[in-house]
Amino acid sequence: MKTREKIINKITVRFTSNSSNEALSRIIITGFIMPLNPNVEEIADVKTAVSEAVTNCIVHAYKNNDNEIIELRATYTDKGKLAVSIKDYGCGIENIELARQPLYTTDKENERSGMGFSIMESFSDKIKVVSTVGKGTKVTLIKRICGNKQ
Amino acid sequence: MAVEFSKVDDLLVVAPTGEIDHHETKEIREEIDEMILSTLPKKIAFDLSRTTFMDSSGLGLILGRFNKVSALGIQMELVNPGEKIMRIITMAGVDKIIKVKGVEK
Repeated sequence: MKTREKIINKITVRFTSNSSNEALSRIIITGFIMPLNPNVEEIADVKTAVSEAVTNCIVHAYKNNDNEIIELRATYTDKGKLAVSIKDYGCGIENIELARQPLYTTDKENERSGMGFSIMESFSDKIKVVSTVGKGTKVTLIKRICGNKQ
Repeated sequence: MAVEFSKVDDLLVVAPTGEIDHHETKEIREEIDEMILSTLPKKIAFDLSRTTFMDSSGLGLILGRFNKVSALGIQMELVNPGEKIMRIITMAGVDKIIKVKGVEK
C-alpha cells in the first residue's frame, strides 16, 4: 500500500517586483531546501527554475513595474517532494500553450530568449501554469529532491 | 556583478564575474556593447569561468551580443564555462549556434 506523503515544511514569502529580488528568490529557495540535502545539480536546477518564474513576473506580468507583489510559496514532504509556486497579480497569459513554446516571447525587443518555460520544464519534474487575463498567473514547480541517495 | 575586459591584439575578452540574471543583464548589456564598439575587435571571447549562475536572461544577453557582433563581421565564442553554466548552454542549444571552448570533460 502506498503511504501518503506528508508536508513537513512550508514557507510563504511576499516581495516586491524589483529585479534585485530575482537573486533574493534564489537565495530563499536554496535555504529552504537545504534540510533535504540536495546535491549540487538539484540546487542549480531549483534555483534556475525559480529565477525564471520570478523573472517572468517582473518582465511580463508587471512589465518591469517594481512596485507590485510577487508571492512565493514552497513546501516539501517527508519524501523530499518539493513544490514551489510563484504567483503574481499581473496581466495574465492569454495563451498558455503558446507562451510555453520554446523560443516564444512577447518581448524580443529586450533580447528575451523565450526559453524561460523550457528551462522551468527541463529543470523540474513537472510544472503547472494557471492564469487569468487581467488577474494574474501562478506557476507551480514540482521536483523530488533525492540528494546524494542512490 | 562586474564584467572584466581585456584586449590582446584583435581579441577582446569579456569576463562576467558572478551571476547573470535579468537584473544583471540590464546593468551590463550597455557596458559590453560600448566596449565592443570602442575597441572593434576581430574576435570576442566570452570567458565564463567566473560566471557562477546564468538563466535564460543570460542566454538572451549572449545571443543578443552574438547577433549584433556577427552583423559587424566579428567572431564570437564562449570559453571555459563551468559545469552548471555548460548545462544550461546545452539545454538551450546555444552550443549549436555559438562555438564553446574549454569545456571540462
